[in-house]
Amino acid sequence: MSVLKIKKLTKYFGGLRAVHDFDFSIDEGELVGLIGPNGAGKTTIFNMVSEIYPPTAGEIEFMGQSIVGLKPHQVAQLGIGRTFQKIRVFKGMSVLDNVRLAYHPHAGYSIKDAVLHNALFSKREKELTERAQEFLSIFGLEDKQDELCGSLPYGDQHRVEIARALATEPKLLMLDEPTSGMNPREALEMVDLIKFLRDKFKLTIFLIEHRMRVVMGVCERITVIDFGEIIARGEPAEIRNDPKVIEAYLGERMAKELAAA
Amino acid sequence: MKKLRSSSSWLPTLLFLLLVFGTMQFVSSLNLISVYWQQVFMSACIMAISALGLNLIYGYTGLFHLGQAAFYGIGAYTSALITYYWSRMGPKLPIDFLGLHFDLSMTAMFLLALLAGALMAAIVAYLIGLPVLRLTGDYFCIASLGFNVIVYVLFNNADRLIPVMKGARGMVGIPRWTSWPWVFIFTVLALFGMRNLVYSSVGRAIISIREDEDAADVMGIDTAKYRTLAFVIGSLYAGLAGGLYAHLYTFLHPTCFAWIKSCDPFLIVVFGGAGGMTGTIVASLVWTFILEGLRVLLPRGFESWRYVIYPLIMLMIMLFRPGGILGRRELGFLKPKGIEVARVERVPAAASAGSDRPEERGSKDVSSED
Repeated sequence: MSVLKIKKLTKYFGGLRAVHDFDFSIDEGELVGLIGPNGAGKTTIFNMVSEIYPPTAGEIEFMGQSIVGLKPHQVAQLGIGRTFQKIRVFKGMSVLDNVRLAYHPHAGYSIKDAVLHNALFSKREKELTERAQEFLSIFGLEDKQDELCGSLPYGDQHRVEIARALATEPKLLMLDEPTSGMNPREALEMVDLIKFLRDKFKLTIFLIEHRMRVVMGVCERITVIDFGEIIARGEPAEIRNDPKVIEAYLGERMAKELAAA
Repeated sequence: MKKLRSSSSWLPTLLFLLLVFGTMQFVSSLNLISVYWQQVFMSACIMAISALGLNLIYGYTGLFHLGQAAFYGIGAYTSALITYYWSRMGPKLPIDFLGLHFDLSMTAMFLLALLAGALMAAIVAYLIGLPVLRLTGDYFCIASLGFNVIVYVLFNNADRLIPVMKGARGMVGIPRWTSWPWVFIFTVLALFGMRNLVYSSVGRAIISIREDEDAADVMGIDTAKYRTLAFVIGSLYAGLAGGLYAHLYTFLHPTCFAWIKSCDPFLIVVFGGAGGMTGTIVASLVWTFILEGLRVLLPRGFESWRYVIYPLIMLMIMLFRPGGILGRRELGFLKPKGIEVARVERVPAAASAGSDRPEERGSKDVSSED
């Protein structure tokens, strides 16, 4: 069953055509990559799926349900989690609070309970704190739970952001350049982490990535866009030999390097 | 494993609060400080309530709100109108109990009037928030300021609709029912309410709006709802403070609620540390006492120089402590509860990424107690 199905998705910013007739579908458990040169419209597609930007035209279905016109938080509550290209953790909040926030829609107590700090509040708060702490432990962040996110090193912030997205218990996780700003070693570790998380949490993953080694190493299928239009799709091996992709994006040298690797 | 630390720190808190209350009650009943300074202290606490409200709107939610005085005024006039009529027409039920002398009918109506003033401010905030809260940043600031100007003009001309409000001449004849015990009770309630709200899932949702609205949205937080909630509660605090103010000074003039007066709580919040409750309270006291203290300290004829000196103090604070005197640091019972660190199984890849602590995978529930 396809988790996400996108039909003829189009976005105009004024006269600028950012995305045009984008068709895409991703099945349960798949790990699919979206690549393309800068400004090709990749993040715009992500933003339309999370309904941060309303699409100009087209249809987006998640688990068989149309999500166009919903609010971003509704889409998130349906089960689409995502990270951003630049790290956007809540810098002024503690690591624990960043993750605990993910449980807010299921907090199970009202404002009244919060203001009174009654028994229901204490019980639920304890439960969600424990769940959040489990997540922090999984990511090795448990000792940093009380630190402000803004004071963490870059790599830790990255992990907080992924932990936070996963804590919303998404069915579909969209990762926007998960290895940006990392050195090659860290990037490879991120590849392992992504694979591990997919298996552990039974995730479907849709990712944008510029680092070809990461994309080729982790994705089962790849879609390539340029100027808002799909120019190729297929398995990694097909993509790196596709002349259109080589011309628009990879370049001859990169294609050779990848072929040799 | 993993237990929320149940800190039993309510006793020192209680003692501290009783000490504050008792000292003030003691020195005023023995006339050790003049009525004037008692009023100053009460007005500092009232300002603290209003500033706490603004701190929720600006400090925690991140809305640049320059219209707090409008809601302060709405609360003041609403409650004043109720008690104005009640004190003249309502029944009298004098009570003499254990040496306490008060009028039950008047006291009950005072509390109801304060509640009504606070609720009126909250309702107006909700309605005005519907269009205005779509705006962000500077645009919201201008809109809230504009709203304050409208309210000011309405107060100035209110006598055409309700004669006793007396418009630009100022409303008189409000009973003087605000006393230190009430100010104290409401300040403490406001403080505890705010603390409990901030340290809850609702509070985290509100703070996440300040931090990054889009990121909060994609985590499933209904940011529009919580922005409205914070704005409404913050205005409720302003309305409550306004009601207390009206019954302390018994005279209301529209200039007390002009937009320039919105700068006072704003300065206090920034001065104390936006996003911090302790700082806001401390700054309210410091600010009020600097202003009033300078009035006494400065030589006769030079009193208005305090409006030169206190901005200079502000300037110094902002230069040397841009986060405010206390920043987001909280003291005593305003601190968040400590939470014990929990350990469960760890992802091997995640563990090796950056951290060089020993592998703990497999050793599930290291600190297992339950």
